[in-house]
Amino acid sequence: MSARVLLPALVALAAAAGCAHSPQAAPPPDASGARTATPTTSTGRDSAAARDGAATRDTVAAPSLRRAAVADTVGFPTRPPELPEPKPLTVPPVVERTLPNGLRLLVVEHHELPVADLVLVVRTGAEADPADRTGLATLTASLFDEGAGGRDALAIADQEAYLGVDLSTGSGWDLSSVSLHAPTARLDSALALFADVALRPTFPAKELERLRAERLTQLVQLRDRGPAIADRVFPAAVFGDEHPYGRPLTGTEATTRAITGADVRGFYERYYRPNNAVLIVVGDVQPDDVARRVGALFGDWERRDVPAVTAAAAPSAGPTRIILVDKPGAAQSSVRIGGIGVARSTRDYFPLLVMNTVLGGSFTSRLNQNLRETHGYTYGAGSSFSMRRMPGPFTARGEIVAAKTDSALIEFMRELRAIRDTVPQDELQKTKRYLQLQLPGDFETTGDIANQLVPIALYDLPLDYYDHYSAGIAAVTQADVQRVARQYIDPSHLAIVVVGDRASVEPTLRATGIGELVRQPLPKE
Amino acid sequence: MKRARRIAPQAAVVAAALALLAPGRPAAGQGVPAIPYETFTLPNGLQVILHEDHSVPLVAVDVWYHVGSGDEQRGRTGFAHLFEHIMFMGSQHVPVGSFDVWLESAGANNNGSTTQDRTNYYEWMPSHALPLALWLEADRMGHLLPTMDQPKLDLQRDVVKNERRQGVDNVPYGRADETILAALFPPEHPYSWDVIGSMADLSAATLADVQGFFRTYYAPNNASIAIAGDFRPDSVKAWITRYFGGIPRGPTIPPRPTVPEVRVPRDTFLVLEDRVQLPRVYDTWHGVKAFHADDAALDVLAYVLAGDKNSRLYRRLVYELQAAQDVSASNWSARLDGMFQIVVTPKPGHTPTEMQRLVNEEIAKLTRDGIDARELERARNTFQSRMLSRLASVFGKADQLNYYDYFVGTPDYARQDAARYDAVTAADVQRVARQYLRQPRVTLTVVPQGRRSLMVTGVAQ
Repeated sequence: MSARVLLPALVALAAAAGCAHSPQAAPPPDASGARTATPTTSTGRDSAAARDGAATRDTVAAPSLRRAAVADTVGFPTRPPELPEPKPLTVPPVVERTLPNGLRLLVVEHHELPVADLVLVVRTGAEADPADRTGLATLTASLFDEGAGGRDALAIADQEAYLGVDLSTGSGWDLSSVSLHAPTARLDSALALFADVALRPTFPAKELERLRAERLTQLVQLRDRGPAIADRVFPAAVFGDEHPYGRPLTGTEATTRAITGADVRGFYERYYRPNNAVLIVVGDVQPDDVARRVGALFGDWERRDVPAVTAAAAPSAGPTRIILVDKPGAAQSSVRIGGIGVARSTRDYFPLLVMNTVLGGSFTSRLNQNLRETHGYTYGAGSSFSMRRMPGPFTARGEIVAAKTDSALIEFMRELRAIRDTVPQDELQKTKRYLQLQLPGDFETTGDIANQLVPIALYDLPLDYYDHYSAGIAAVTQADVQRVARQYIDPSHLAIVVVGDRASVEPTLRATGIGELVRQPLPKE
Repeated sequence: MKRARRIAPQAAVVAAALALLAPGRPAAGQGVPAIPYETFTLPNGLQVILHEDHSVPLVAVDVWYHVGSGDEQRGRTGFAHLFEHIMFMGSQHVPVGSFDVWLESAGANNNGSTTQDRTNYYEWMPSHALPLALWLEADRMGHLLPTMDQPKLDLQRDVVKNERRQGVDNVPYGRADETILAALFPPEHPYSWDVIGSMADLSAATLADVQGFFRTYYAPNNASIAIAGDFRPDSVKAWITRYFGGIPRGPTIPPRPTVPEVRVPRDTFLVLEDRVQLPRVYDTWHGVKAFHADDAALDVLAYVLAGDKNSRLYRRLVYELQAAQDVSASNWSARLDGMFQIVVTPKPGHTPTEMQRLVNEEIAKLTRDGIDARELERARNTFQSRMLSRLASVFGKADQLNYYDYFVGTPDYARQDAARYDAVTAADVQRVARQYLRQPRVTLTVVPQGRRSLMVTGVAQ
């Protein structure tokens, strides 16, 4: 199947990254630290997981193209219909309970289908990986369903398929999670499996060795994919080696070889604690019944103090430079441009959400309009702010036809400068309406709703957060947008990563004069 | 994007009954969530399918045109999909760029997709925006050509070429699919090329092609529109009549190209050098059409071979021997034909030939001894769960209604579809394995550059 645009990746990834409703066109690639759920999806053939929010400043108006209605259009209105006011969205209420051991429980009733979604959010992720053990958080999470309670890896997989449930585990930068999607008719058995996996993982040595070998092979295969290389090189260029966000989420060859079973068990024992966790339950359930069942299954989970995660200060950005990684023969250049953005706790959340949506957060955003719909340089371009516990990266991105790498870079830079000027009122209004009216769609299914609650669980947002979401966007002014654009996007201090065919792109990239060009070898993995 | 291994939204179409999730003895189709619908056809031939669901203030519009890459001619491969892109470039009453701006301003998202068999266009949105989506769909169905011009074609040609680069040319193993299709189907068969088409053919497409294709295939009598979600049927009928009613019926749709019966006369071995670190081996057999009597059993066979950690191939090659990095099995069935495929990537230190020998051993075991009840149950329950997931959104429901309507002639086919899977027995799975996987196959080995010696050259037993 071929499609018009690549849609932003699955909401499930948004949950893993804890970035639902953060102002990004799509979850960053590091969101995929979640372990692939089934063998059939693990072939890596679908590597074009690129995303584009794609969108456009509407530059083209062609009133002269309009014609009078012709005979066969009698009765056909020549102007679009006036729309009524949208219906207000009633966000389903969240019921909150807290177990004596500190486990917080958030329940939402949704009775359309006899199914339920559960997400156990643990408020620590790969930020806590020691520098010589990067990949520890994600490897730990991927071992949960390799042995737990009385079941081995095959027995867990058998039970999962037999019940017809989806069980997945993963870690992002600032969270780890265990998720379950199950028909309520089988909820008791499914919950028992879920609790085993979350509370009684056995971390069998032979499965650790198996997953280690798989990861080492994945690191070899990484060299095949320009976009994946760019997604590794770019954070390192922005954050350096000392800050966790500059390191690879799933580790390097050296750290993958170094991780021991004791490291894994230690990570689990330290951070997977009820007082560091929130359990989200959404579906065809009753809150009292859920609380009773969860109390029975999770009540004995032992509370323990969880160490705070600290990180070195992120480096300050140097003058704009182009880091070129050679991928001989590449048909497209993978371009990543950006710097350090903001934490999720920023007071500028809504202005940034609006500003980024104008710049590169929807199909009609400026980057997509310019690079795709005006110039045809790419299948999609966009931008995102990865808001995490600590400030994550701001990234503009696109996969660019090799011969137009320099021209595309010039257009990227043009838009990154232009967003610092006043955004016209009609463009601002379009964007704000778009964002406000996305909300109903974000609450459609049980899985959608569970994903929307993840940021509440992770970043201590109030339970009625979404009741005030629309007003938060409404309050954003032209001046707000300009202020945050100028504050957070500095065209003279950007890291630009290009992974492409060096022989053909280097001379023209140098000629752009956008910044010093530095060659960098393929990351040694 | 690549051609889906199975047609995407409909992949493994299995109706789910929660009652069926009880292991043991499912009753045919029982418990499949009903999708109550109403359908009618305008005098110009446009079929309308409506399904009300007021649980959330959302609605989806999904227009299917019954044309895909399966209607293309050699020399114009990829054209159906290129045309899909051009449909977003505005129409008589919609200036270039306004299609998306107007929809986004109303909170709507939209997209389109092309397969071998059909092209769809869809919007999902807060329910108040429904008349806008209908009006926009009507304008491009009835009034596309007055403002069609060369720049629109040229711009989207560049975009689609980049889509091909992003999905095929700049992706490891990306050219495997088109290489296999060309070997599996004879050159005159429209499934012998991939939906995305070739760069040369995309370059060759002309404005006259665009106009001819629109006049031939984009007529109300070659389309159906499904609307699912929060709406009032009276309002929707009034809008549809007003917006679509004046679009004239098109000429009779040309019949699908007559396709020869496909046979792979003997085992065929191909090699493709690519910029990859590890080789990968693809075994592909001729399969069946969608909804063929053996279609569901082949789906179950694919799951039993490589659908989960306990599946035959995954467990032996990846989990136990750890000789393979990954393995997949798929049954792809479409309107004119289908195929069954197994793909394995050996780990460093292992060879494609070794992988194929292991695959053949597992196929031999399965055809000799059959499968057990637990394997069958895992497959069924997983398919049932996936079906429920597809019906969770209003767009999912709209697309299922169109899919069934087009493929089997009635939107309301979920229960019968579920029954197909309920009826699969262990003996069926063994039988289809014998019948289809013992035929000659096409074996493609993708190898790192300069490593043609790794090519599989015989069906190792």
